[in-house]
Amino acid sequence: MANKVSLTVNGRSVQREVEPRTLLATFLREHLGMTGTHIGCDTSQCGCCTVLVDGDAVKSCTMFAFQANGTSITTIEGLASDGRMHPVQAAFQEHHGLQCGFCTSGMVMSIVELVEKYDGLDEASVRELLDGNICRCTGYHNIVKATLAAADVYRSGSAAATHTDTLLRS
Amino acid sequence: MGTMTSKRESGTVPNGIGRSVKRTEDARFLLGKGRYTDDLRIPGQAYIYVVRSPHAHANITSLDASEAKSASGVVDVLIGSDYLDDGLGTLPCIWQVRNKNGSVMAEPARYPVAVDRVRYVGDAVAVVIAETLDQAKDAADLIVVEYEPLAAVVAGPDAIMPQAPIVHNDAPGNLCFDWEIGNRAATEDAFSRAHHITRLDVINSRIVPNPMEPRSVVAIYDDIADEYTLHTSTQNPHLVRSLLCKSVLRIPEHKVRVVSADVGGGFGVKCHLYPEEVLLTWAARRCGRPVRWTADRSETFLSDAHARDHVTHGELALDSDGTFLGLRVSTVANLGAYLSTWSASIPTYASAPNLAGQYTTPAIYAEVKGVFTNTVPVDAYRGAGRPEANYIVERLIDAAAREMGLDRVEIRRRNLVPSAAMPYATPLGPVYDSGDFRKCLDMAAGNADYEGLAERKQDALRRGKLLGLGVSCYIEACGVSPSRANGISGGRIGGFEMAEIRFNPDGSATVFSGTHSHGQGHETVFAQIVTDKLGVPFESVMLVQGDTARIAFGHGTVGSRSAAVGGSAIVVAGERIVAKGKRIAAHIMEVDVEDVHFEDGEFRSRGTNKVMTIAEIAHAAYLPINYPLDQMDPGLDEICFYDPTNFTFPNGTQICELEIDPQTGHVELKRFVVADDFGRILNPMIVHGQVHGGIAQGVGQALLETVVYDADSGQLLTGSFMDYAMPRSCDLPSFEVSYHEDSPCTHNPLGVKGCGEAGTIGAATAVMNAVLDAMSSVGVDHMDMPASPSRVWRALRAATSKLPRPTASASATAGNGNQVGNAHGE
Repeated sequence: MANKVSLTVNGRSVQREVEPRTLLATFLREHLGMTGTHIGCDTSQCGCCTVLVDGDAVKSCTMFAFQANGTSITTIEGLASDGRMHPVQAAFQEHHGLQCGFCTSGMVMSIVELVEKYDGLDEASVRELLDGNICRCTGYHNIVKATLAAADVYRSGSAAATHTDTLLRS
Repeated sequence: MGTMTSKRESGTVPNGIGRSVKRTEDARFLLGKGRYTDDLRIPGQAYIYVVRSPHAHANITSLDASEAKSASGVVDVLIGSDYLDDGLGTLPCIWQVRNKNGSVMAEPARYPVAVDRVRYVGDAVAVVIAETLDQAKDAADLIVVEYEPLAAVVAGPDAIMPQAPIVHNDAPGNLCFDWEIGNRAATEDAFSRAHHITRLDVINSRIVPNPMEPRSVVAIYDDIADEYTLHTSTQNPHLVRSLLCKSVLRIPEHKVRVVSADVGGGFGVKCHLYPEEVLLTWAARRCGRPVRWTADRSETFLSDAHARDHVTHGELALDSDGTFLGLRVSTVANLGAYLSTWSASIPTYASAPNLAGQYTTPAIYAEVKGVFTNTVPVDAYRGAGRPEANYIVERLIDAAAREMGLDRVEIRRRNLVPSAAMPYATPLGPVYDSGDFRKCLDMAAGNADYEGLAERKQDALRRGKLLGLGVSCYIEACGVSPSRANGISGGRIGGFEMAEIRFNPDGSATVFSGTHSHGQGHETVFAQIVTDKLGVPFESVMLVQGDTARIAFGHGTVGSRSAAVGGSAIVVAGERIVAKGKRIAAHIMEVDVEDVHFEDGEFRSRGTNKVMTIAEIAHAAYLPINYPLDQMDPGLDEICFYDPTNFTFPNGTQICELEIDPQTGHVELKRFVVADDFGRILNPMIVHGQVHGGIAQGVGQALLETVVYDADSGQLLTGSFMDYAMPRSCDLPSFEVSYHEDSPCTHNPLGVKGCGEAGTIGAATAVMNAVLDAMSSVGVDHMDMPASPSRVWRALRAATSKLPRPTASASATAGNGNQVGNAHGE
């Protein structure tokens, strides 16, 4: 038994037949070959598979692929544009917010939502809001730093922020 | 062009040594273009699902896979008897430890798939190969295994009780080894002269390393060439190849290529040969298809090596002014059901020789019993033996200070090895080449405002909190390892590292290294070394790692060795490049080679204005028209196998300050301050990152993480992230990290000591010493890890004095922290 799903991924429309049990994370990796989204656990605890579904950060292992029918999805591969990193990606490089890179995709996607939706982020609030994403390498110190730096870029209303808005609505 | 001064300050070369150069590897990870093993897609690939034992200990009385074999999409099902029929070997341990009486340890056979008996929950029983993963999982449910359950034992001390169930018939009493180190008589003599003896029993808890990338293996067999390619998420591809070929498949090493591309964290748990690497290589040949397997997280808990799990009794003998006279340590180390690759070395040679710590303790004796239990095998994890040594020593010191009424920092100061005593031979073998322990202790104590502690404790009491501060002075034998030291202690593996610098005709350089970066940033740091030493632009240096077909040899990345040993190999290979380059330059410039001088990427001849860049020399070497062909080969490609002459000894002091809420038992970290000596620093940004991550893992063990087995059934009760508490962003503070570079390593050309494990080695101890500092003020002076809220709350019920409650004025101002501000998007 297969379901037909039709959705937009990083601005590209895709149609596929999927089994009902296929998770969105599996769909992205195995059916679309988009391996930037990672799978780090099997209990929806780690956040490595986080993507944006219609602008909301969602752990893609918590959704079946067919539930994403009609949505617009942004993955880590769709964040940069015109050869330029998204401000969150740039802040991660600037502040050494990643080491092995495995949790990074989901971490970055969660933070994109965070800096878009919250004003007045400080260290304490960032630490609370990021508790759905596990990183084993960095001790979070530089992730928090990168998040606050990216939030500053958003607050200052730079061109980069506008670029992200455009991207997310595409 | 730069000046001709012969001595240059560290950190002055753009993108060179000492600079916080941004990482080359970041772009691909940030853009979702990493190349992890599970990202590979091989045409014709089949999927493997491993069926695992649900019993901790059982005989397999029958196994029927016939229905599974005919299920939809199934390629084959392989079981233990197939493995035996194919005449394949067992997974070896690479360290042979000797007993007190000189005999060798017990080494029971470890097959990658159970033959007739399972020994832990998770032991592999069958391998299902199918067109899709779902089909493999579906077929696994059709395999009928009948078990005859046996009594199980899960705790180390229980396993050596007289009536304990026997895990291996060829390991009587479940004893793998009964090992000792140090001078027992001298230590007993020291204790007989002691003014005070502090005694302590501690459990160094069992934990799971849990890198975020689950282990993953893809195996390909080429039946025309009779060759294998094994893609695997390992820290140590050459070790995997050697063990796989020699001990298991019994085929020549050139028949197997092991590739380890991007690896999502290792921390020691990915430096072993694992059963799945054997099973997939075997299965690829059996079914003639590329096969793939990736652990899901629950499988990680059942199949990745676990760590620590020591039950230790320690005794410290002191004279009346707090001088350490002697140390005795006795440990039961739980090795799990089988010997994993490094396991026997971890509680012995990787741990006990570090018991001298930073101190002048003249007499030390340690004994370790390694025992088998019905649990997942136990092996290396960040620090690997050294955190365990640090934990017992530093907890003993705090207990002694409490008992004798001495200040914790002062008693440490009194016993530190003075920098003037370097090189310093400890009683257990290690010879510290350099270090200024006092300096790190003073830096950390100053930065943590140790002087103001009493006042902060009073303030916390007013707010109803118990404030504690914990100190841990650590030192670790790193830069593993001198090959001779391995051999003397029973190692079946060398410790050198290989580097090759291959100049290309255009002057760019490719570095081949036998180390393996899985987060440590070698692409960046190794390029910094080449830029600094050879003057090649940073962007023109590329690193090749993790491929036995491209790299001559290597020992991977373990034991904080990559900069100290791998980096040193690069420096020496670079010196050989310069030596050859000078001879080429002398020929072209028509001067004596003794008159050629190399600095900042240029060969100059003294007394003339002739100059050639290293790129021009490389070009001449590959286009040898005007070239000393009568003296040397063309080409510019040098290799070095660097065997270190000693270990390196990173050291430092970690101080943790925390508050306990006695109403809930919750421990909140307030500050974490460290001062380290890593020798010379190659990239401060990366070093800080390594320290941060290391601390987080130590804090994880101290406050959150622990493996729990049901003592009767041997079931793993903490088998997922739902039950096993990983440290999250909200559990940690920002860290205050500092270092000094005044005591460089004296025996390697970079002066580096290594920084990868340091954070973890001292952190759990610093946290637990802080927890006990807080709790001892109300009369509670013992606690094992993790200091989770329920355990702390329970322990505080035994308090002998009244627990604090917030005063009215303090509670009015409390509770306004950590509020999330102004959410507007939902």
